[in-house]
This record gives sequence, structure tokens and C-alpha cells, in this order.
Amino acid sequence: MVPPTNRRPGFSRKAQYSLFATYVLAIAGSVFAALLLILSIVDPAGFGALRMIGTEITAPAARFFSSVRQTATDIGSNTSAYLDAASKNAALNTEVQANRRKIIEAKAIALENKRLRQLLDLKITEADHIAIGRLISSSASSSRRLATLSIGSNMGVLKGQPVRSPNGLIGRIIETGPTTSRVLLISDANSPVPVMRSTDGVAASGEGLANGMVAVRPVNLGINPFKVGDIIVTSGNGGLFHPNIPYARVVRVTSDGALARPLSDPATAPYVMVLPIYEAPATALLATPEAAPAVKDGEP
Amino acid sequence: MKKTISGLTRPLRSGRDYQSRIEQVQSPTKMLAIPIASILFASIITTLPVITTQAILPPFGLMFLLSWRLMRPRLLPIWAGLPFGMFDDVFSGQPFGSAALIWSLAMLSIELLDARAVWRDYWQDWLIAAILVILALCAGNFFVGLAFTRPEVATLLPQMILSILVFPLVVRTVARLDRWRLKP
Repeated sequence: MVPPTNRRPGFSRKAQYSLFATYVLAIAGSVFAALLLILSIVDPAGFGALRMIGTEITAPAARFFSSVRQTATDIGSNTSAYLDAASKNAALNTEVQANRRKIIEAKAIALENKRLRQLLDLKITEADHIAIGRLISSSASSSRRLATLSIGSNMGVLKGQPVRSPNGLIGRIIETGPTTSRVLLISDANSPVPVMRSTDGVAASGEGLANGMVAVRPVNLGINPFKVGDIIVTSGNGGLFHPNIPYARVVRVTSDGALARPLSDPATAPYVMVLPIYEAPATALLATPEAAPAVKDGEP
Repeated sequence: MKKTISGLTRPLRSGRDYQSRIEQVQSPTKMLAIPIASILFASIITTLPVITTQAILPPFGLMFLLSWRLMRPRLLPIWAGLPFGMFDDVFSGQPFGSAALIWSLAMLSIELLDARAVWRDYWQDWLIAAILVILALCAGNFFVGLAFTRPEVATLLPQMILSILVFPLVVRTVARLDRWRLKP
């Protein structure tokens, strides 16, 4: 193959100087980039406007491909649904019967719950969603786990609001643009969530590991109560996330807690809901973005 | 490549096919626009609806930049890492300035390598690109750690392996684009 070209530009002074200038420019460029990096490390929210402009510009294409992907997935699942229709129908019928009984029981429990809450005079915002959107892309090549949501401040989405899919917690909003917003996924290493075990309410804190899994650590250190298969839900401590949103399922018990797999996969969730912040005091504290993780670590 | 009777292959086009001739003039705009556009486009690939729970997508912008730089040493100026890196930072989700710094240093290090190396071919290019991509991913992870909580380096392994394996494909794509670029 061709050897690298001789970089000596000849005897022309002009050519020599211009080659030298490119070296100076390259080194100056590196220094400039390092300064930009220091700026964005000191103030992670800075340059957010620039990023949002980029996301807004590419959003139409991402929306289009996202709907194409959704249609393709639907065609696949619709076709496969026809193949075992008869046996599935029978199985579903029995399931419907069982579910009907459970719904009646659940209604009674909900009524009792409401009555008890009134008795305790608890005023908590209901988990009614603010808006429904789609995840249209994610930072698939970066160590940070961010996703882009197809709705922004046009639908009333604000920084700090939790995001969930039908299956469970997805993350929370960290940047909003006019028609898109950025979601910090629960699998990000910087995304702590106060959680508890669904069966007995053992308090713990969940944290992403940036590899698709989350680490769940009990608040009471020394005792490790987790078992494989435990369902972890949000506890509502700290007032950001609503309680009882499914969070993860324990897949391995470790020395200081457990390794769990999130119950909601952002890649397959067709739609996600943006929820209001659970309790108002947290909203006031969230005005300063740095305070957010400290608030969510709130332990009893 | 056209097959001859002897089974040997000879190039389909002679070198003359990539020069301007009467009635067939190479377009200078095309010759410059194709490399620039391909690198920018590769940076935007991350905004496609590929939603992953871990970093898995290779850093295509950097790989295209390295391919063009290794294939055509004088095509891009040494400082090209800065503007391309800043563009990548807008979309990648890394702290702003991280790719700008890493890509600038990558361009400078290839320049230093070229000043010392007598000769390099496809395999050396692959090795150089593999080492630079690994270093770039580690550095990117480190910069994320300075601004936020640092994820384990082990989470980068699948992305590193995929990037190294995908690099020949990027080289092929760049070679094909290069042919299109130079054809009058």
C-alpha cells in the first residue's frame, strides 16, 4: 500500500508556514475543547440549550423512524397472534374469569384505602398523568443513559417530573425543549430512586449501573433481606416518585444488596406517561437541580 | 474487479478514471462535501430510534473521521477534530466538549504516528483505529465520571468489541464514498 505522504511541503516558505499554522491551530483547538469540557463539568446543565436545538432538529426524522419501527413490531406480533389463536383464546377466557374476581376484590380494597386515607387526613396528589409521549431515541453510544421523549414544554412537561411506562418506572425529565425533552433513565449511574420491596415494604435505594441493571441496597445495612425474584417498587420517600410504581425484579443477591433488572424496558415500551411530582415540597427544592439527588435519597 | 481468463483480477477502472478529462470535470464541492457530510451523518446516527439500556452503539462519527484520516492523510486538516467533535457532542449526550477534546487529540496522535511510521497498511490502520477507539471510549467514560457518577469501565466492553469488529465495514463504506467522490 502507499506509504504515508511526505509531509515536507518543499522549499516554499508560504507552504511551510501554513503547515505550521495548522499544527498551532490543532493544539489551540484541543486547549479550547478542554476549556469547554471544564465548563460543562462545572455546570452540567450548561450547553443544554445547544443540545435541545440538536434534538429538536433531528426529532422529525426520529419520530418517523420510531413510528416505522412500531408498525413493524405490530405487524410481527399481529401475525404471530394468529398462529395459536384457538388455544390462546381458551387460556385467555379462563384468565378473564379469574381477573374479574380479583377486580371486585381490588375495588373493595381501593374503597377501604380511600376511607382510611380520609381518616388520616392525607392530602396527596393522585397519580394522574400530565401527558403521554413516545421515546424516540437514546444516547446509545454514550456512557450516560438518556432518552429523548417526543413531547416537551408544549404539553406541560417540566424538569424533574417522573416518567413511567405501563410496565414500570422509566426515569425522570432532566431537560425540556419546545417539542422534545430528555429523560434520565433509571439505568443511569446518576439516577438514584428510593424503593421498597413490594411484599413487606423493606426500604432500600435503587441506583443504575449503566449496563441495563440496577443495584438495590437496603437502608438498614447489615441485614440483606432480598431474595431472587423479589419485586421492587418505588416507596414515595423524598416526594419525587409516586409510591408503588414497579421498579425492578431481583435477579442476584450480592454482599451489600441485590442486583435487579428493571421491569420496564424503554426499548419496547410503546408509550410512556409523564407524571406530576408526588409531593409539593419536593417541587420547591427541585428548583435547584443539584438538590434533586439529595432529596431523593431521603430516608426514614 | 473484473475476472480475467487466468483467474487473476485487475482493477475495473484505471487511475485515469479518477482524473478530470474533457467534458468530465471533477467537482471540488463534491470532493470536499462527501467526507464532511459522511462524518456529520455518522454522528447523528445516535438519534435514530435505537433505544438501549446500555452503551452499545459504536461511536460512528469518530470511526468515520479516523477512516477518512487514515485513508486520505491530507484530506482533512489536523484541527478537524474540533469542529466535528463539537458537532458530535450536541447529539451524543456526553458532557459538552468531551468529543471535541478526544477527537482533536486523536487527530494529533495519528499525525505523530505518521511522522514516525515508514509504512502502514490495512492491518496497521485497523490496529491504530482500535486503540484510538478504546482510548476514546475510556476517556469519554472518565469525563462523564468527572461531571456525574462514573459508570464501571466494564460496561464499555461490549461497545469496544463491537466497534473494533465494525471498523472494517466503516473502512469499506469510506472507500466506496471515496470512489464516488473522485469520479468525475
